[in-house]
Amino acid sequence: MNFSVKKINEFFLQYAIYGVLLVLIAIIAIDNSNFLSINTLRDILMQSSTRVIIALGAGIILITAGVDLSAGRVVGLAAVLSASMLQVADYSHRFFPNLPHMPIFLPVLVAVMGGLIVGLLNGWIVAKLSVPPFIATLGTYVMVYGINSIYFDMKPNESQPIGGLRSDFTEIGSGSLGSGPYSIPYIVIIALIVAFIAWVVFNKTKLGKNMYAIGGNVNAAKVAGINVGLNLIMIYAIAGALYGFAGVLEAARTGGATNNYGNMYELDAIAACVVGGVSTTGGIGTVPGILVGVLIFTVINYGLTFVGMNPYWQLIIKGLIIVAAVAVDIRKYLSKN
Amino acid sequence: MKENEFLLEMDHISKEFPGVKALDDVSLKVRPGTVHALMGENGAGKSTLMKCLFGIYKQDLGEIILNGQKLEIHNSKDALNYGISMIHQELHPVPHRDVMENIWLGRFPMKGFGPFQFVDHDKMYADTAALFAQLEIDLDPRALVKTLSVSKIQSIEIAKAVSFNAKIIVMDEPTSSLTGTEVEQLFKIIRDLRKRGVSIIYISHKMEEILQISDEVTIMRDGRYIGTWNSAELTTDLIISKMVGRDLTQRFPDRHHVPGDVVLRVENITSINPRSFKDVTFDLRQGEVLGIGGLVGAQRTELIEAIFGLRGITTGKIIINDKEVKIKSPADAKKHKIALITEERRVTGIFPVLPILENTAIANLDDYQTPYLLLDEQRMSVDAEKSIEKLRVKTPSSKELIKNLSGGNQQKVLLARWLLTQPEILLLDEPTRGIDVGAKFEIYTIILELAKQGKSIIMISSEMPEILGMSDRIMVMCEGRLTGILDREKATEQEIMRYATLYRD
Repeated sequence: MNFSVKKINEFFLQYAIYGVLLVLIAIIAIDNSNFLSINTLRDILMQSSTRVIIALGAGIILITAGVDLSAGRVVGLAAVLSASMLQVADYSHRFFPNLPHMPIFLPVLVAVMGGLIVGLLNGWIVAKLSVPPFIATLGTYVMVYGINSIYFDMKPNESQPIGGLRSDFTEIGSGSLGSGPYSIPYIVIIALIVAFIAWVVFNKTKLGKNMYAIGGNVNAAKVAGINVGLNLIMIYAIAGALYGFAGVLEAARTGGATNNYGNMYELDAIAACVVGGVSTTGGIGTVPGILVGVLIFTVINYGLTFVGMNPYWQLIIKGLIIVAAVAVDIRKYLSKN
Repeated sequence: MKENEFLLEMDHISKEFPGVKALDDVSLKVRPGTVHALMGENGAGKSTLMKCLFGIYKQDLGEIILNGQKLEIHNSKDALNYGISMIHQELHPVPHRDVMENIWLGRFPMKGFGPFQFVDHDKMYADTAALFAQLEIDLDPRALVKTLSVSKIQSIEIAKAVSFNAKIIVMDEPTSSLTGTEVEQLFKIIRDLRKRGVSIIYISHKMEEILQISDEVTIMRDGRYIGTWNSAELTTDLIISKMVGRDLTQRFPDRHHVPGDVVLRVENITSINPRSFKDVTFDLRQGEVLGIGGLVGAQRTELIEAIFGLRGITTGKIIINDKEVKIKSPADAKKHKIALITEERRVTGIFPVLPILENTAIANLDDYQTPYLLLDEQRMSVDAEKSIEKLRVKTPSSKELIKNLSGGNQQKVLLARWLLTQPEILLLDEPTRGIDVGAKFEIYTIILELAKQGKSIIMISSEMPEILGMSDRIMVMCEGRLTGILDREKATEQEIMRYATLYRD
């Protein structure tokens, strides 16, 4: 008897986040039944796509018991880098007036590499200089914004929002496979592919196992012969590349970029991760958990706007959910005999 | 009012954890103004019993009675309010603050007007000085705690307990890091406290100390109460037989093989840290169990961690199978087929939040990697299941989180982890610390079986019977230096102690 009650409790704790998501959807749907439609689903998935990619980056850092504050600024840097090289030829305010037509992959690669380099730098500062991740990434957060702003302010652009992006590029962000209500946006497909690859890396590779081990007990990881420094640098670099890729998609989705793109996205990403069950003390976190965490926040944003809630109230609810989700989640790990 | 015969009665206490009966009807009755020793092997349930006394655990059955009053203790603050205080084996002072702040932390004397209250440092100083004078502790209340020795910090803790008006002070292995003269000082304080009616519950493994300082002895074994005796009636042998509950000869498995050629030679190695080991030279033979004995601070752990590449050396050679090798990291050590099981299982061994499967596989991932960079999960899980079976790890499955296992089973998982790397040389640092008696015997069996298979083993142990019962040879260290290597036949507890204290006062 006692045993089964405990089991039920454990079950609820284990799946609490999924419950929160369902309850949220139910409340919004009761308030406005139009919410449950294929178009809503499509919008929510599209809005979640770039967030998922950023949250996966933030998630791998959290699992190593670190934190990465530079995520949002790297998104901005990559958005500006890629957009600056993908404007239509006859646009009046081209970033590079004489830039020839480039195959899409090249600017994308440059932007992703930009993110990767920032990630490498983060990892190096954390692993080799032993600076706490919070401080290390706070430093690069500020620096990356500075670098991005200098680039953005170059002549002839001089801090004008970058627009006039090529349609073959924006198609990635806003186009769909098929047409009509049952079409699947490319950006959703891309996010799912990234999530699948992440799931494989998390669960099936040496790097994934090392990541959990380093976050679970860094001292034991050293004794087990894991090269902790090298693994951390790789993980930060991958996170940086993910932010970079998300920045490219963000530019494609919105059809433009400014140096303020991605501002504060790191906080949303970290919040989504912890709501999705990633432990801030390291060693714990799954890809499905992170996906649900992101969905919860998109549903809140989209759904509460849908029912016409004041945006300031939405912030209060968001904050409450972050605290409540972690307070519930942490019950799994607090044990008093 | 009638004087109670006992100051503290822990009456028929039982406590069960999932799968383990940690305490089974245990009683502890302490008379006022006495030193009451609590003895038992690691895992006998001493610390669980004390945790019940401090409200860290809630006993399932039984009562705690202080001065005839039944107590409900929910946390250590309650215990403190009832006058029950504890000096932990590992002290946790606030290192960057001074002595008096450490003593009065959380209850600083205040002064001021109305709502403007400030810490009264003068009163704090005077109170601390008075406390120290009373206990004859020679210490400046304004000294920074981080500059003090372990024994001084311990006396601060005792002073703190006294300042709470403690009627009962629990001391958990208080002498484990003390030198001879420091122990004498501690005993003086204890006798003084006893005179003033304070009772001490004294937990220690050291027989001589127990017989010297205690009035009564309660012995526990495997979570059960064995009995309480007057110290005058006891001898070392009597205590051991009651603690162990069987003949000493049966504590270790039989062994019949003879060590082979030298596989590892360590020549004149000296630590990078000038206060650590110096100029150590020894051989390890194939199939041998080489014990390393010594007191806490002898730098034994530092020595084997250096061999494993976790710590730096300035000079000296490590020679494996007649070839000199450079070991700069645990990864290098692994390449040379060396494995290390550290002393601090929780700190440097297990990954508590990960399943047994990951915990066994983690040191061997290179081997599991397939050409496509994916891991061979099938083989990983087969190996984990096999290890569980072979080492008899008690668990429902390899998916169980390792933190849910007992210490002995965690240790077996760590052994499994390193055995999967197919080592030739195993470095074991206190391999049975914190493990219950039954599991200890199993670990001993595993170690000897490995030796029989031709693996060479270095085992640090601070438990005399263990090191005497398991080793082919015993090398003894003192203050970072190798003081002697004893053959199995010639080694005695006295000889080891003599070498272990060669450079000590």
